[in-house]
Amino acid sequence: MSGRVLVGVKRVIDYAVKIRVKPDNSGVVTDGVKHSMNPFCEIAVEEAVKLKEKKFIKEVVAVSCGPQQAQETIRTALAMGADRGIHVEVTGKDYDTLGPLQVSKIFAALAKKEDAQLLILGKQAIDDDCNQTGQMTAALLDWPQGTFASEVSLEGDKIKVVREIDGGLETIKINTPAVLTADLRLNTPRYATLPNIMKAKKKKIAQVKPADLGVDITSRLEVLRVDEPPQRLAGVTVETVDDLVAKLKESGTI
Amino acid sequence: MAAAGALGRIVRLGSSLCRKQRFIFTRSPPGRGIASCVDPAHGLTDEQKEFQEVAFNFAANEMAPNMAEWDQKEIFPVETMRKAAQLGFGGIYVQPDVGGTGLSRLDTSVIFEALSTGCVSTTAYISIHNMCAWMIDTFDLCSMEKFASYCLTEPGSGSDAASLLTTAQLKGDHYILNGSKAFISGGGDTDVYVVMCRTGAKGPKGISCLVIEKGTPGLNFGKKEKKVGWNSQPTRAVILEDCAVPVTNRLGAEGQGFNIAMKGLNGGRINIASCSLGAAHACVQLARDHLLVRKQFGETLSNNQYLQFQLAEMATKLVASRLLVREAATALQGNRPDAVSLCSMAKLFATDECFNICNQALQMHGGYGYLKDYAVQQFVRDIRVHQILEGTNEVMRMIISRNLLTES
Repeated sequence: MSGRVLVGVKRVIDYAVKIRVKPDNSGVVTDGVKHSMNPFCEIAVEEAVKLKEKKFIKEVVAVSCGPQQAQETIRTALAMGADRGIHVEVTGKDYDTLGPLQVSKIFAALAKKEDAQLLILGKQAIDDDCNQTGQMTAALLDWPQGTFASEVSLEGDKIKVVREIDGGLETIKINTPAVLTADLRLNTPRYATLPNIMKAKKKKIAQVKPADLGVDITSRLEVLRVDEPPQRLAGVTVETVDDLVAKLKESGTI
Repeated sequence: MAAAGALGRIVRLGSSLCRKQRFIFTRSPPGRGIASCVDPAHGLTDEQKEFQEVAFNFAANEMAPNMAEWDQKEIFPVETMRKAAQLGFGGIYVQPDVGGTGLSRLDTSVIFEALSTGCVSTTAYISIHNMCAWMIDTFDLCSMEKFASYCLTEPGSGSDAASLLTTAQLKGDHYILNGSKAFISGGGDTDVYVVMCRTGAKGPKGISCLVIEKGTPGLNFGKKEKKVGWNSQPTRAVILEDCAVPVTNRLGAEGQGFNIAMKGLNGGRINIASCSLGAAHACVQLARDHLLVRKQFGETLSNNQYLQFQLAEMATKLVASRLLVREAATALQGNRPDAVSLCSMAKLFATDECFNICNQALQMHGGYGYLKDYAVQQFVRDIRVHQILEGTNEVMRMIISRNLLTES
């Protein structure tokens, strides 16, 4: 076992920003808007660094796909304790149409190339909420997957994962190599310390293109239109339960 | 970090999909979000932006939720400050070989400005501690295992600092100190006291700098002062009665104390000004958010041209103050001949303007601004004192005019 973990980190619009739709409804405004690492990716990085600190694994490699700015996100991962980074360059129109299918192909290729023992991702990104990349990558690699992980422990060459599911908690044991996706309660990500930020400057970030990995990133999807959610309408007060039932029937809800 | 922490709070409030939500009355971290003319990240290097990001995250998660409680209950947040020290905030411009982080004055200013958005009073204390750590250069201080206080002011000597009366008489290998210091930040709760005292004749050249540890016999404290703001740090008089301090505790040579004190203050002035910047930045965000929400006369306040213009003026003065403070930090770092004057100008300008900005933000909140449920009043109360300490703004004018009027 190589002892190497790949962690995918995505640069997304910061969670606190108020999202605005572009006037031509082709997407949301991203120019000049604050971006940061996807919160679930932070949790994934933290888990990987923790595994390294407990000496279960030897190396944490942070990977991000996107334009030049994706390197900022990789740097944040390096400052949290990742050892080196890989920046997969995707720019312009290709970046606009980059989705989970393309990213999983890239991750699958990298996981093979880097001989990774584990691939840890966030469960979903807060911009598209797809919740697909982890699952697709596992399928492409034919690796077992432990998704929505709220607890991870390595036991020999197997991994015990406690998953948060609708019915409660499910515990599974899977073989390695495997794909894990991090859920909210997996851990609390550490702050980067000032000394670690300075040390991160010296860590290497390798640049590759999807073509170098033999991956075709053409999208099979076309976004037709992006709209804001409908404005919340004012409510109506009713006097009696009968009134309430009548109104609900009227609106077709029951 | 900030995002995962905030999402955690949202989930606990019952939302099943972790989406950002707008809370109107809870304190969403000021400083995040709008990319606009007042974004404090403009003009910084990538590395400085990362330092700033950590500081903003720490302020939003560890300080902002507690700042009202620390103020009302007068809590000295030791554990939070130690957490800050673990990230490297305990000795930011102290050299790494003695446990510090080894960053520049500009990096420091950026960091304190960001931390201040979380709690001005606590950040101001951290900056005073940093100043002491720089003066002493020790390991324990950088980790905030021990906390420090800077003791210059006396009941009889504030602006006229060189006229201080606390004496230190040499007896063998000890100095015996007698006198009292006033308004000492952290006094009584901190472990290490950097005390300016008179070892020689009258005037600045007779002053030396001694480091005294808490628990030394003869080192006593007055009652805890009740203040308008800065309530998360205790303020007490420090009373010295035949207090014996080893000669080895002297910083620098005899007679160098005033020089050391003044050098410390140059950085201290930039730090305090930076804290004012952070408060003003937070208040501009709070005012802006309020104008977009509050409706009167059938429309949001943001449609009122007077308020629009006022917000623009606040933003302009904030950015102007920030530029001056950062320039002063760069000058100090590079030991430029204009460093001392610039530090004084920066402190004078930034503390005055930022207080006005915060005060204006309070006004924009109307009656709500006066309630302690809203953070804006705490920022106003906390930064009011910045126009007074670390050298009054009047003394800043003295320093600047002296530079202008001295024949060279």
